[in-house]
Amino acid sequence: MATTTADEPTRRDFIHIAAASAGGVGLVALAWPMIDQMNPSASVLALSSIEFDLSPVEEGQQVTVMWRGKPVFVRRRTQKEIADARAVPVSSLPDPLARNANLPDNAAATDQNRMSKPEWLIMVGICTHLGCIPLDHQGDYGGYLCPCHGSQYDTAGRIRKGPAPENMYIPPYSYLGPSKIKIG
Amino acid sequence: MAGHSTYVPKTGFTRWLDDRLPILRLANDTMMTFPTPRNLNFWYSFGGILTFMLGIQIVTGIVLAMHYVPSADKAFDSVENIMRDVNYGWLLRYMHSNGASFFFLAVYLHIFRGLYYGSYKAPREVLWIIGVLIYVLMIATAFLGYTLPWGQMSFWAATVITNLFSSIDQVLPHVGTAITQWLWGGFAVGDPTLNRFFSLHYLLPFVIAGLVVLHIWALHVPGNNNPLGIDVRGPQDTVPFHPYYTVKDAFYLCLFVILFAIVVFYLPNSLVEPDNYVPANPLVTPPEIVPEWYLLPFYAMLRSIPQKLFGVIVLFGALAVLLFVPWLDTSRVRSMRFRPLAKQFFWALVFDCILLGYLGAHRPDAAFPGTGIPMLPFARLGTAYYYAYFLLILPLLGIFETPKPLPASIATSVIGSGVEQVNAPAE
Repeated sequence: MATTTADEPTRRDFIHIAAASAGGVGLVALAWPMIDQMNPSASVLALSSIEFDLSPVEEGQQVTVMWRGKPVFVRRRTQKEIADARAVPVSSLPDPLARNANLPDNAAATDQNRMSKPEWLIMVGICTHLGCIPLDHQGDYGGYLCPCHGSQYDTAGRIRKGPAPENMYIPPYSYLGPSKIKIG
Repeated sequence: MAGHSTYVPKTGFTRWLDDRLPILRLANDTMMTFPTPRNLNFWYSFGGILTFMLGIQIVTGIVLAMHYVPSADKAFDSVENIMRDVNYGWLLRYMHSNGASFFFLAVYLHIFRGLYYGSYKAPREVLWIIGVLIYVLMIATAFLGYTLPWGQMSFWAATVITNLFSSIDQVLPHVGTAITQWLWGGFAVGDPTLNRFFSLHYLLPFVIAGLVVLHIWALHVPGNNNPLGIDVRGPQDTVPFHPYYTVKDAFYLCLFVILFAIVVFYLPNSLVEPDNYVPANPLVTPPEIVPEWYLLPFYAMLRSIPQKLFGVIVLFGALAVLLFVPWLDTSRVRSMRFRPLAKQFFWALVFDCILLGYLGAHRPDAAFPGTGIPMLPFARLGTAYYYAYFLLILPLLGIFETPKPLPASIATSVIGSGVEQVNAPAE
């Protein structure tokens, strides 16, 4: 075996670095399946859309439907609730964005931008703070009150008070007929 | 005090084994002859009690896992099956669920003991840090275990705690949501979540057991601290661990187990939220969500902050700050027996934690009963004091406080004068 000075790279150094690098790449390649297996599986992703008939819902009433394991509120608002929500200037809202999957990300949080028909609020019923289900027709704004940490939403599901950072989300949905919607 | 071994194998077999695997030597040196300060009091018995409780939790847990079904459809029923049909299932489950509470009771007394006597100071910083890591893993394990019965509290605790990570969205948009969906294995807490929580709940106690070995190892290098907080100067300051502390620990363990048995047999549901006997319903959040009592102070801190991300930072920071206590406390004196000011701030911290626990059990908009005084300002004050104790009071007291004079040695303090006539034991 040839003798070399310590500061000169040898073939053995090269082999050490190459072996460690190959091992490192192999570890990373193996780690990814271990991590990604925890993401939603194909069967979970397959349950992506549902249809719902609006006609049985009375004015002032709210029903909850399940979509992707989450509750979706379908609320038929009264004229007063619509008027209350429309009277609020967007500049006074903690979250100025509509959070509506059917509109661009930067749409303003006007009442009009929160729904396609003023009477029907269709919204993922999950508090944007820590994921509890808010109680409807409660709180200072007649909209929603989250029982967990006291966040309050108005009749358009917009955050008004409390620790929640964002308005409740509007899922992607479309009208299949005058009183039938498809969520997802 | 990790000195040379005094173990002498007595039989042919033990001599043979000692040359091949000196495990009896290790047991003898760490559990029999280990020199221990002669003045350890009641508060030093919780290390042994905690080891015992870890054993109880692992043994009852393994047995419960033989009957439990980690599936969203069957978990609740399988727990009821354990309670009603499995032979002694009620006993095993009540031991396991109340065992968690007693585990935390002991660990809190153990931690406050360490804070009072300055057990985290040099040369025991690594010992303390390992202890904090054990405590954090205990919290994780307890949370995961709490979700397994799949009652309403289980489900909503899982939802709220996993959603803590969604606060990352406020600094890195979509990253927090991606992490929560990764934790859930879906778009909400569900079957995949329950399965992985069960898997991890089974794993973590063994990680804790491994850390306990490191904790004891790190204890046996410098040896025990003691209520005087002064160093051991020689054999006259110590007694062998066995029989002195084996007997003392066993006595207090018996008292602790009597208390445990009273709760398991007569008050088994006293520490449980009744809502957890309602099967999980993803469409209805219970009117009040509260964690188990041992996490209430942290819950009060989380809720006292009106901003989501900052609240989460305050919650996790309350645990992280413990890691730095050895360097935040600047005083040269370990034991608060000789620190007149620090002692008062310490008891204020104890009171503060109890107060936060009380506030955490009530709705954030609640008022003190019969007075109409809102609780929220007190929760904020309590949170502020918790942080101030570690970040302001401990660093400053070391500079401004004048400690009382320390005794010359453990032996003179315990036995009085005439120490030189007392024979050094065990050597």
